[in-house]
Amino acid sequence: MKYEVVIGLETHAELDTESKLFCGCCTKFGSEPNTQTCPVCLGLPGVLPVMNKKAFEHSLKAALTLNCEISKFTNFDRKSYYYPDLPKNYQTSQNYFNIGNNGFVDIVVKGKEKRIDIHNVHLEEEAGKLVHPEASGANYSLVDFNRAGVPLLEIVTQPDMRNVEEVESYMQALRCILLYIGVSDCKMEEGSLRFEASISLREKGSETLGNRVEIKNLNSMKAVLKVITYEISRQSLLLNKGEDVLLETRLWDDVNSVSRRMRSKEESHDYRYFPEPDLVPFWIEQEWIDETRATIPELPVSRRRRFVDELFVSDYDAGILTEDKFLADYFEECVKISQNSPKELSNWIINDVLRELNERKTNVRDFVVSPEMLVELVNIKPTIGSSIAKEVFSEMMNTGKGAQSIVKEKDLAQMDDTSELNAIIIKVIEENPKAAEDYGQGKKNALAFLIGQTMKATKGKANPKILTELFKQRLSASSK
Amino acid sequence: MILHELSANNIKEKLIKREISAQEVVEDLFEKIYLNEPSVKAYLCLDKEGALLKAREIDEKLSSGAKVGLLAGIPVAIKDNICTSGIKTTCASRMLENFVPPYDAFVVKRIKEEDAIIIGKTNLDEFAMGSSNENSAFHVTRNPWNTDYIPGGSGGGSAAAVTADMAFMALGSDTGGSIRQPSAFCGNVGCKPTYGRVSRYGLVAFASSLDQIGSITKNVYDAALLLQVVSGYDGYDSTSANIGVPDYISGINSVSGNLRIGVPREFFGDGLNTEVANAVTNALEIYKKNGAELVDLSLPHCGYAVATYYIIATAEASSNLARYDGVRYGHRSQLSEDNIIDMYCRVRAEGFGSEVKRRILLGNYVLSAGFYDAYYLKASKVRSLIKGDFEDAFNKVDCIISPTCPSPAFKIGEKITDPLEMYLSDIYTIPANLVGIPGISIPCGFTTTGLPIGMQIMGKHFEEEKILKVAKLFENETDFHLKKPELI
Ligand SMILES: [Zn+2]
Repeated sequence: MKYEVVIGLETHAELDTESKLFCGCCTKFGSEPNTQTCPVCLGLPGVLPVMNKKAFEHSLKAALTLNCEISKFTNFDRKSYYYPDLPKNYQTSQNYFNIGNNGFVDIVVKGKEKRIDIHNVHLEEEAGKLVHPEASGANYSLVDFNRAGVPLLEIVTQPDMRNVEEVESYMQALRCILLYIGVSDCKMEEGSLRFEASISLREKGSETLGNRVEIKNLNSMKAVLKVITYEISRQSLLLNKGEDVLLETRLWDDVNSVSRRMRSKEESHDYRYFPEPDLVPFWIEQEWIDETRATIPELPVSRRRRFVDELFVSDYDAGILTEDKFLADYFEECVKISQNSPKELSNWIINDVLRELNERKTNVRDFVVSPEMLVELVNIKPTIGSSIAKEVFSEMMNTGKGAQSIVKEKDLAQMDDTSELNAIIIKVIEENPKAAEDYGQGKKNALAFLIGQTMKATKGKANPKILTELFKQRLSASSK
Repeated sequence: MILHELSANNIKEKLIKREISAQEVVEDLFEKIYLNEPSVKAYLCLDKEGALLKAREIDEKLSSGAKVGLLAGIPVAIKDNICTSGIKTTCASRMLENFVPPYDAFVVKRIKEEDAIIIGKTNLDEFAMGSSNENSAFHVTRNPWNTDYIPGGSGGGSAAAVTADMAFMALGSDTGGSIRQPSAFCGNVGCKPTYGRVSRYGLVAFASSLDQIGSITKNVYDAALLLQVVSGYDGYDSTSANIGVPDYISGINSVSGNLRIGVPREFFGDGLNTEVANAVTNALEIYKKNGAELVDLSLPHCGYAVATYYIIATAEASSNLARYDGVRYGHRSQLSEDNIIDMYCRVRAEGFGSEVKRRILLGNYVLSAGFYDAYYLKASKVRSLIKGDFEDAFNKVDCIISPTCPSPAFKIGEKITDPLEMYLSDIYTIPANLVGIPGISIPCGFTTTGLPIGMQIMGKHFEEEKILKVAKLFENETDFHLKKPELI
């Protein structure tokens, strides 16, 4: 392709707070329409906003994590536009003094690091939701204001991305960071994370930017990637034909996978920003910044590096472990309380714990098997063997009981008493003279068969190591 | 004894001594209302039933010996842009003609807690935008001193009600003079406290950075009483000041030390009515006789105050009034609507009066892309300069005295076709709103035609206590506040 693609992304993340940005209403998702409202978030005459401190701190934390310069002085502005889901017909947002400016996020694409610059991070209020009646021909729409006033963080990048892969990597990195620092649950299916993209094309080597198309209404990462692919081909087709790409705002239609024109530049809103007189300006003292910075946990990139360097976990495994903060916490907790090698613990977590979490569609925070329980199992594994350990593990999940008590209850402990095992071995050899003979004639796999038979007889409890030794001794003795 | 002519505090004292009952007070007052209201038209809504209910409750409290509040049994009128739970709050606008708030404004909650009796909601210029009361969507309130004259605005209803003995005290709001100017025109004591002193929660916003709730009363003591109750921090208003409220009442008769009164040249220049100038000059002489020192002052940037005000106030108003779109409450057009834009246009075209529309248009204009710096930002800078003028002045003086308005009340219809002329009637009251300082208007004389003249005392931020004392000193020396109009 002879064009360079220039992409910028605006991300809206609903902040994870108990109450709304300017009133005490609950933010729980999925309640009956308009049950989580009050005079303030309905925009009744005479009401005033009061800042939710937690939401402000979440924003500050996010801005710091995204390496932003923090404004010592910040205030809020009213952004005016008319829409029925916006109770006051202005959104209290930030325009002149954003909380954070000039930050960055480092991403890795095809093994290469790239820095995506963040233009600004700011806090604003969420709008309500329009509901269009199912009945065809209905001449009205309904509005649900439960979501109106939920704190929303907007993160705006510079137009630094050049292809779909970078956009995908950026979105994943950002999501991961927001989850890590605990400011948003990033649930895309609940609309907690949404995007707006701006895309333009220019001749390779050109310094000037082409006409920019903004696309709204992107409710999933998949939609972002689809729309970018779509726009690249739409815009390059136009340019190839010698036509202009119009400076406009388009809406993504996810059902039909096309973007549609929403409004041209001439029709664009004049938001008439001015400082919100109902809120007082905030002076962010260095002390507050320091305190907030201290609450930022180790981020995935450095944590992954540390797992590799200090715990000798493979880079691939470390990547899996650190993708979810709570999984990484789980792993570290196991390492802390266990004498076993981190490698072994990581194997358990990646192979068994993750598989169970996926099957049970749950997350590690709600998982019945605590790090202590997992470590107990790994500790007694040498006495019960791998296959029984797996059995114990699934029993632990079903019953919530500890590994040792399950082993005791079900009499699953390994048999490593040599005299007991010898008695069984004699019996097995008697019953399988052919196999014993084969082994004597050098057929090594006959031994595996005999061990298998012994395992069957002991219901898998025989210690395979001791068993092998005993068989070897007995068979070589008898063949002499 | 004619109860309705007494001051609020007199009524309270008589109630507490159990010389009269609250029920008698309310019944007497409503008789006066039925008599005077047809010619004054101060009210938009009366709640006799609610008032009597509360009166009986207070009478029971008193007879059982229970503790009663600071405003026990005092009938209070409330400007109809302050939300009252269960009672219509219309802002004198078709837009909110049937709007019943589900909550009480902070000040309403406070006066209820202190056992005041709410009698009704008073008329105003629509959304408090106006200086004459002629912008009410429902009717024009008349000046009780001469019913051909306007009572002032926007709180003309509250001022006229107090003057005509149809309320013992009233709550108003003051964005550019809406308490002080009608108080001057009707011969009342009207106090606009410091911005942040009284919570704005529940006051339907006109211009958020200028709006302030205050009192309209028959005398200075009653002002102190009402302000004592409504002042103080409120967690529901982020601009409310978390600063302790001093006792306004007990020391009201003691002006301490040497009083230095600033007399700003700019407030006595061109355009000032001679009778008003003379009345204020005479008043200043009374202060001088009582030992005060008069200090000649200049507030050089005050000449820009009206222009600055009309940019900031309209900008904020255009945004504050955007919520009236017919979606959740308020006026809805009877005409069919093709789409949402159509609906907005019809609702707002029908629901707002012409002055409100004028200010919304002005406000949207000054905030529109490309004009922000030239208008809003510039006005904010001028506002800082005006603040600076006052800071300098208050380094030299304890308070500043000026006429409240450049002229006495004017005739109904006289200025309604000339908005600029109308805007100038707030020329002396606007600076206190821009600066955020307290100001009180007290009666200081009458014109030859018998219209009251008001004098304004402005103080430093949060020095309501001082200006109340200064006002009381003058009131103790004069009897202008005791004069009553002859209505019928
Ligand atoms: Zn709410």
